[in-house]
Order: sequence, then C-alpha cells, then structure tokens
Amino acid sequence: MKVTLIDYGAGNVTSVERALQRLGAVSQRSMSPECIAKAEALLLPGVGHYAALIRALEERGLRAPLLDALQRGIPFLGVCLGLQALYETSEEAPELGGLKLFSGSVRSLPASVKLPHMGWNQLKLIRPSRLLEGISADAYFYFAHSFAATDANGESVALCNHGTDFAAVIEKENIFAVQFHPEKSADAGARLLQNFLAFCESH
Amino acid sequence: MSLAHRIIPCLDTDGARVVKGVNFVGLRDAGDPVALAARYNAEGADELVVLDIAASRDRRPTFLATIRRVAAELAIPLTAGGGIRTLDDARAVIRAGADKVTVNTAAVARPELISELSREFGAQAVVLAIDAKRIGDHWDVMVRGGRDSANCDALAWAQQGVELGAGEILLTSVDRDGTQLGFDTPLTAAISRVASVPVIASGGAKLPEHFAQIFSEGAADAALAASIFHDNVQSIRELKHFLSAFNIEVRLPC
Repeated sequence: MKVTLIDYGAGNVTSVERALQRLGAVSQRSMSPECIAKAEALLLPGVGHYAALIRALEERGLRAPLLDALQRGIPFLGVCLGLQALYETSEEAPELGGLKLFSGSVRSLPASVKLPHMGWNQLKLIRPSRLLEGISADAYFYFAHSFAATDANGESVALCNHGTDFAAVIEKENIFAVQFHPEKSADAGARLLQNFLAFCESH
Repeated sequence: MSLAHRIIPCLDTDGARVVKGVNFVGLRDAGDPVALAARYNAEGADELVVLDIAASRDRRPTFLATIRRVAAELAIPLTAGGGIRTLDDARAVIRAGADKVTVNTAAVARPELISELSREFGAQAVVLAIDAKRIGDHWDVMVRGGRDSANCDALAWAQQGVELGAGEILLTSVDRDGTQLGFDTPLTAAISRVASVPVIASGGAKLPEHFAQIFSEGAADAALAASIFHDNVQSIRELKHFLSAFNIEVRLPC
C-alpha cells in the first residue's frame, strides 16, 4: 500500500513525507490527475492560504479525480487546509468554492483571542474515533491557523476551542481530516498517522 | 483545555555549528545543531528555532544544509532565520524544512517584506523578530544584532508588523540578553497587550521562576532560551514539571 501525497506546493509536504517514512510507510508525491485517479490512499497536506490550495486543485485538474476517488471509498486524510477544503466555502477566499463534501463554511476564529491559533492544544472528544485510537484523551496537538470549520460539526469526532469551538478531527467513512498538524505533533501525531495507515491497510 | 505555553530552545549558529556568546562577542562552539535538535525533540521542546547569526551570503548553502539536517530530526515545528532579506531567501529556508521564518533587520529597512512573505506562506509562517532596548520611557527597536537603534518605538513596530501580516512576534530584550537575570517582564507585557498575535519572550532566562513569571505577569505565549538548555543548566522536562506545579499550562512530555 502506497500513500499518494497531493503536492500542490504546500510548505509542509516534506514534513508529512518524513513523518510517514518514520512509520515505515511508502509514499509518493504527485500533482497529476492520473496518479490521483490510481491512488490507493490519499493525503492532502496544506498550510498557508486557502486560495492557493483551491486554485492549485483547479489549475492542475485535480478536483474531479480527487472527488471521484473519495466517492469510490479511497482512504483520505486532509491536514489543516486539507480539512478546510472539504467544506463549501471559506471566508479566507469567499469567491472560491471548496470540495463541498461537507455542508457549512470555514470562518475566521474570533478576534477576541490571539490569532493565529498557534501552538499545542487539547481536544474535546465527541464520539469514538479511529484516528485517535490509543491516544490519551489529554494529548496535545500542534495547531497553526486563523480559520476553522466552526459551524458544521456533525462530522466532527473531536473539537478544539480557541475563542470558539471548531472541528479538529473529522471522520466519515473513508474520509478523515484534522485541523492540526500531526506531522508536527510529536508522538501523538505519529500515532494518529499510524492509525490512518492501519485503516488504509485494512481497507 | 487551552493553548499550552510553549518552551522553545534556540540554536544560534554560524551556519554549521551552534555558537554562543554575549552580544555576539567572544563566540564559542556550543555543539552540533543536529544532535541538539534530536535531544530537544526527545525532551519535550514545543518548537525549535535555528538562527544563522553570521548570516553571510557565502555561508548560506551551509545554513540551508543545517536546516535540512535539523528538520530531519524533528517531529515538532521548526523556525529558521537570520539574514532573510527577500522572498527567495525565505523560500529557500522553507523548502529546506522550516515551518516558519523570522525576519528582523531587513523588515525594519523594508516593512513590505513582511507582507510579501505573509501572502506567499501565510501569516502563521512569518515571525517578526524584534530586538528591543529600554531608552528613557519607551523601548527602541534595535537592528544588526542588537547593536544599532532603528529610532523606532518597539510597541508601534510590533503593531505595524502585525498589520502587515506577521503571525507571531519573537521579542528579545537587548537589556536582558545574556544576563541570566530573567526575562524582561514589563517589555513583554507591553508588547503582548498591543499585539493581537502570539508573543515569544526571549533574553535573560536562567531559573524556572523566570519562565513562570514571563508566562503569568509577562503574558508571553512562549518563552525562548539557548545556553541554559545547551549547557544543561535547565532541562526542558524538569522546567515543564515545575511550571505545571504552578498551574501554568504546558504540554508535559511522556
């Protein structure tokens, strides 16, 4: 089983790749529609501006093969922007449409707290999670973002709070996504990636 | 449940080796950056900062190689800086494996640099490093390694930097740097009050009490130190247990 990393030029692809290598996983980077169509498992890392990710998916013709793969049940993990991209729209770039797998939008966290939400935070568990299996309930994960999915949490298995509750971990059938960076979240992050790889293997 | 206060070891390098010295005088070798990075990653550091304090053009490839080797050891975020003057400089550092870049003197000279970096990499990747020194009733921004005054108010510069797109402020007290007398609490509290982004306090740390004070009274979001960690004066693990006993939220390593 090989994980295909959707490489649209995000800064954290190398970190994600390295984190997977440490777990003994085989991965390849790709930005071709053909590779995504043939992928056994997909990982969409993302950091920076929402528009850069959505535009890259459009320009490289990746939107259709990605949506098709998700519908066929290919295991998918979205990281940070890779979670935000699953919703309808984002306040960060209202003119662009997201992948629309989940209803609702991505909004700015409130100005009453320091932004970006930067650093290590804990999760509020909503229901049992495959990604969080074996991870202590008080574990910390590393976040670095100013926007979040705040109003559509039916698919959330865990929330985080920074000024307001927002989706931190999403799981729906073969679709997984996290707002934090597991590749930067020490042992807890490594275990989460391992859980995703285990799901991919058993799938 | 809230954001943990971060403890950040800093590696000042001459490009290849970790060096130390007060105010850039009498630099001496303090170790291999890769070995130190691996140690801090294992001890529960929340992030690592690597700076090229020589920042000379011809040593640049060496520094980038150091970043690549350090990044390979880490499962925590990495910030790199020193001598970043252009978008290309920042891109090279991020491609080498850094999650964030710091800008200092070059941003004072040309503040638009902050916006350019923020547009390209996102605010969360842009750390504005401010070296501040008390002058009369205010704090002046110092440049070129804390030696020259930029004749500009540190609080105003912090606010301007955030408006331009900085996502974090790395605040070094030039008065306290290297003294081990404790962080500059009034300076940090003042900057933290005016800045809407997280503030990393730096300069003067020695005792665990210094860290407790900068988080409680200084309202710092993170605290950075170098030689006390390199020289084993303070272990990160013990420091975090000390802070936790003071009800200061930290991420305890397992």
